[in-house]
Amino acid sequence: MIRFENVHKSFGRHEVLRGIDAEVDKGQVMCLIGASGSGKSTMLRCVNGLEDYQSGRISIDGETVDAHAASIHAIRTRVAMVFQRFNLFPHMTALQNVMEGPIHVLGENRDEVRARAQEHLRRVGLADKMDFYPSALSGGQQQRVAIARALAMRPDAILLDEPTSALDPEMVGEVLSVLRDLAQERMTMLIVTHEIQFAREVADGVIFLDQGRIAERGSADDVLSRPTHARTQEFLRRVTHPV
Amino acid sequence: MSPLHERIQEYLPLLVTGLWQTVAVTLLSLVLASTLGLVWALMRSSGTRWLSLPARYMVEFLRGIPILVVLFYIYFVMPELGLDLSAFQAGVVGLALTYSCYIGETFRGGIEAVDRGQVEAAKSIGMKHGKMMRRIVLPQAVRIALPPYGNNMVMLLKDSSQVSVISVAELTMQGKMLASSTFDNMTVFTMVAALYLCLTIPLNMLMRHVELRMGAAS
Repeated sequence: MIRFENVHKSFGRHEVLRGIDAEVDKGQVMCLIGASGSGKSTMLRCVNGLEDYQSGRISIDGETVDAHAASIHAIRTRVAMVFQRFNLFPHMTALQNVMEGPIHVLGENRDEVRARAQEHLRRVGLADKMDFYPSALSGGQQQRVAIARALAMRPDAILLDEPTSALDPEMVGEVLSVLRDLAQERMTMLIVTHEIQFAREVADGVIFLDQGRIAERGSADDVLSRPTHARTQEFLRRVTHPV
Repeated sequence: MSPLHERIQEYLPLLVTGLWQTVAVTLLSLVLASTLGLVWALMRSSGTRWLSLPARYMVEFLRGIPILVVLFYIYFVMPELGLDLSAFQAGVVGLALTYSCYIGETFRGGIEAVDRGQVEAAKSIGMKHGKMMRRIVLPQAVRIALPPYGNNMVMLLKDSSQVSVISVAELTMQGKMLASSTFDNMTVFTMVAALYLCLTIPLNMLMRHVELRMGAAS
């Protein structure tokens, strides 16, 4: 459903993506791994038009993603995003954060949205924090609100940009467990992550990016346990056995 | 010379009428300047060149001219171009135009200080620019811009004395006239200064109160 065809992207003269071809099928969990600066976040952000790209084509169910076209707003309602730094709206409670999109973008009925938002917050284990402002929540709790906010849009897919990288170690688990549940329900997800163990568990496919190119791809088991590319082997050694 | 308290009683009614003029000029130009300032700020942060450039040039143009010259221009030159304003109207328009730039820059600073991630989060749920500004960016920008905006208000109040040069009978003007007819400079101008403080001190206290309340809510 998410498709990259020979996508090139540069920031000024620096080429970050150099011909990406990839596909994420419906119900699939795809993890993007790679060193920082390899282009994985950029690749993710091109999918919902937070970044534009210079050539090639990204499409969602056949519809081309163009960051500068009016159609981008509708595409973004179908492909939700979860950020590394949560980016919750600080002037709204957890519940209001989750209700914001369905009410003010999709124009749905307030009472129905409230019930659904409460349900989403319960699912991510925050039934008792609904009326808290983000500043009163821990990082892990904020990220779970952000996931509920994404789910409330009833998206076809969710993009997650290093969802656990900004968290204290003891909070990583609670966020990963929510993502594990989503994977089990066959939510289509494209996840940029450094959590190799998590990727091994939930990912249907893993893409290893190196300097803007896909250096290796395949099933989680193949890429993560039996990497063939030297750069992948080196990267995995570094992240699993840090000095 | 009659005793001090009698002179104060004698001068006070005249100065208080000036005080009301000062309040009227300040409030009217504040409303106009804030509205116009918000327009400049929104144009400048629209991300569209044909909106942001005119606003930028307008602000730089107006900021480069002293208030006095703006006031003279509106009051003495505009009638020759067919726009005849009373001294009061010219004063309000001149102050509003000049302060719309300061306030516009204050608002723009607030808007730009809102975390980039907020804009991205708003976009990522499909919000268009206008709604994103209204619901996500401006509520946060207001909180950031509030302290400097409070300063703008106090400065505007004090600069309203400048409209005395085009004969608006506000507090400073009344003081000048009273002083030149009584030669009692010390009493008159002390009273004028005290009356300004009666406005600026409560205004500062109000701003602090609002800031504290907004700070507590976040």
